[in-house]
Amino acid sequence: MNTLFDKIWDAHVVQNVQDGPTQLYIDRLYCHEVTSPQAFAGLKDRDIKCFRPEKIFCMPDHNTPTHDQDKPIEDPISKVQVDTLERNAKDFGLKHFGMMDTKNGIIHVVGPERGLTLPGMTIVCGDSHTSTHGALGAVAFGIGTSEVEMVMASQCILQSRPKSMHIVVKGKLGEGVTAKDLALYMMSKMTTSGATGYFVEYAGEAVSALSMEGRLTLCNLSIEMGARGGMVAPDEVTFEYIKGREYAPKGDEWEKALAYWKTLKSGNDAVFDKEVIFDAADIEPMITYGTNPGMGMGITAHIPTLESINEAAQASFKKSLDYMGFQPGEALLGKKIDYVFLGACTNGRIEDFRKFASMVKGHKKADHVVAWLVPGSWMVDAQIRKEGIDKVLEEAGFAIRQPGCSACLAMNDDKVPAGKYAVSTSNRNFEGRQGPGSRTLLASPLVAAAAAITGVVTDPRELL
Amino acid sequence: MKQKFDIITSTCIPLPLENVDTDQIIPARFLKATTKEGFGENLFRDWRYDKQGNKIESFVLNDPTYSGQILVAGKNFGSGSSREHAAWAIAGFGFRVVVSSFFADIHKNNELNNFVLPVVVSEAFLAELFDSIFKDPKTVVEVNLPQQTITNKATGKNETFEINAYKKHCLMNGLDDIDFLLENKDKIVAWEKKHEA
Repeated sequence: MNTLFDKIWDAHVVQNVQDGPTQLYIDRLYCHEVTSPQAFAGLKDRDIKCFRPEKIFCMPDHNTPTHDQDKPIEDPISKVQVDTLERNAKDFGLKHFGMMDTKNGIIHVVGPERGLTLPGMTIVCGDSHTSTHGALGAVAFGIGTSEVEMVMASQCILQSRPKSMHIVVKGKLGEGVTAKDLALYMMSKMTTSGATGYFVEYAGEAVSALSMEGRLTLCNLSIEMGARGGMVAPDEVTFEYIKGREYAPKGDEWEKALAYWKTLKSGNDAVFDKEVIFDAADIEPMITYGTNPGMGMGITAHIPTLESINEAAQASFKKSLDYMGFQPGEALLGKKIDYVFLGACTNGRIEDFRKFASMVKGHKKADHVVAWLVPGSWMVDAQIRKEGIDKVLEEAGFAIRQPGCSACLAMNDDKVPAGKYAVSTSNRNFEGRQGPGSRTLLASPLVAAAAAITGVVTDPRELL
Repeated sequence: MKQKFDIITSTCIPLPLENVDTDQIIPARFLKATTKEGFGENLFRDWRYDKQGNKIESFVLNDPTYSGQILVAGKNFGSGSSREHAAWAIAGFGFRVVVSSFFADIHKNNELNNFVLPVVVSEAFLAELFDSIFKDPKTVVEVNLPQQTITNKATGKNETFEINAYKKHCLMNGLDDIDFLLENKDKIVAWEKKHEA
């Protein structure tokens, strides 16, 4: 009780349905092209409009190619889906940031950077990584398409109240250890279902010390522990980040909003359903070895042995390692890799490009490595160029592609071929996630950069 | 898709793997459709077919030994992506019930919103059910929504399962959440008025 989550949730309750879910008011609905067409079709079937069109923002990101975006999409099915979103947005009177619009990008990168995501809001999107927006102190969670249709129709959703979890990370993260490593570490300890049914608030010295970009990465990955969402209480870092952004409140409205946002924190008497404590000093740069994001380890560690896995999970564990082509008990350092992907709603922000560039500066990309560097939005792309990061990357043999979800889920042409290993800053290493047969090693931008220049799995601390 | 739900009595298809994610249930490259139809054909696509499109005979959906309207799966079913296409694929293939000891939150809602019933059972019940099905693929399970019970007819073991009264009413009467929300517009407007002030 009296947690940050409770304060925001309670403020948005329209009614508690008897012996049922809560009817929750939603401040912001984001729509991308993959999970919205059937919701729009549902509205058309019922012959109804969007109830509050001004609260809905649409943009394509999953299918968008990462080159030649000024030309029509070559894949005809992708093109239909992207065109359908544009037409639906027009038909229903919704804001739409189309391809090549300077406001376009991955929806979870664009929302915060345009000031559309604000503290205290309830935010949903037909996308599990909607948890990202919790970094600004919002209650944000992913939903299915039927639920998207609900929000379009009524600006409300029916949802059971999740339990609350407090994850406190004490101490300071070491050199070369990033928000991504922190998240991968937590998943490795909690498993991919350890936070299912919960809404997480992250706190503690290591979390407070994170930049906004770092917090966005951390909250983004909440769903990979099964959590409904994750959030960080807004503070000066948050306010500084939001101030002056396009859709952020201005003038008197800003002062009024700020006064409210400053009340958004868990009370000293807050009671969480579950408390978990981690020590930042225990965390080293992380890498995954299996086919779910909970199958991660410190980069210098060894894959668990079969005997160390409980019996019911052994079949899945064996299937996973067979798919990856790894042996139980072996180390990954020095393993040859084929692809590197920097990007996604997890690590496609300016700070991620700064980190990657700082590591590859003065080095050359390994000849055999194919590297895809994909900014999360055109705004990130512009900042990369403004800071001269593009020059550093070019000198090291890297090219920057155009924004979108890209190889995170390979709905466009950026597919890792079967059997090839990709060190990827994205969020999921599921079988076939980056293309049929692809083998994904999830890691931070620093680990990805180190692998890109050495061509093998490398501890980035050795190059710092 | 609004099929009224009452009692389902059926044989089962067993999938004793844990952490089955929605990328496996329906891979991303099949998410490009703009309707809800046809996803059943690609349910578990990359486990069902090889790269050349040939059936992988050893996969349970291709094994004629097993059939039925009930999918029985390992712990943490439906993790990962929120794609409702996974629920459309499960429903499209002909499943009415998914039994597991644990479901991921978003996918569980997606199943319910498509009149597929996720039934959470204990680990012991699940282990025994897998055992029964492997011993006798003709093992029948009864899922009784009005009573909220699931019975393994081979052993007679039964358990009660949870579902909130509202959602149970919706499933049994073929109603969806949008019907409910549209009837409650006045409450929404009242909430907005209160919060504009």
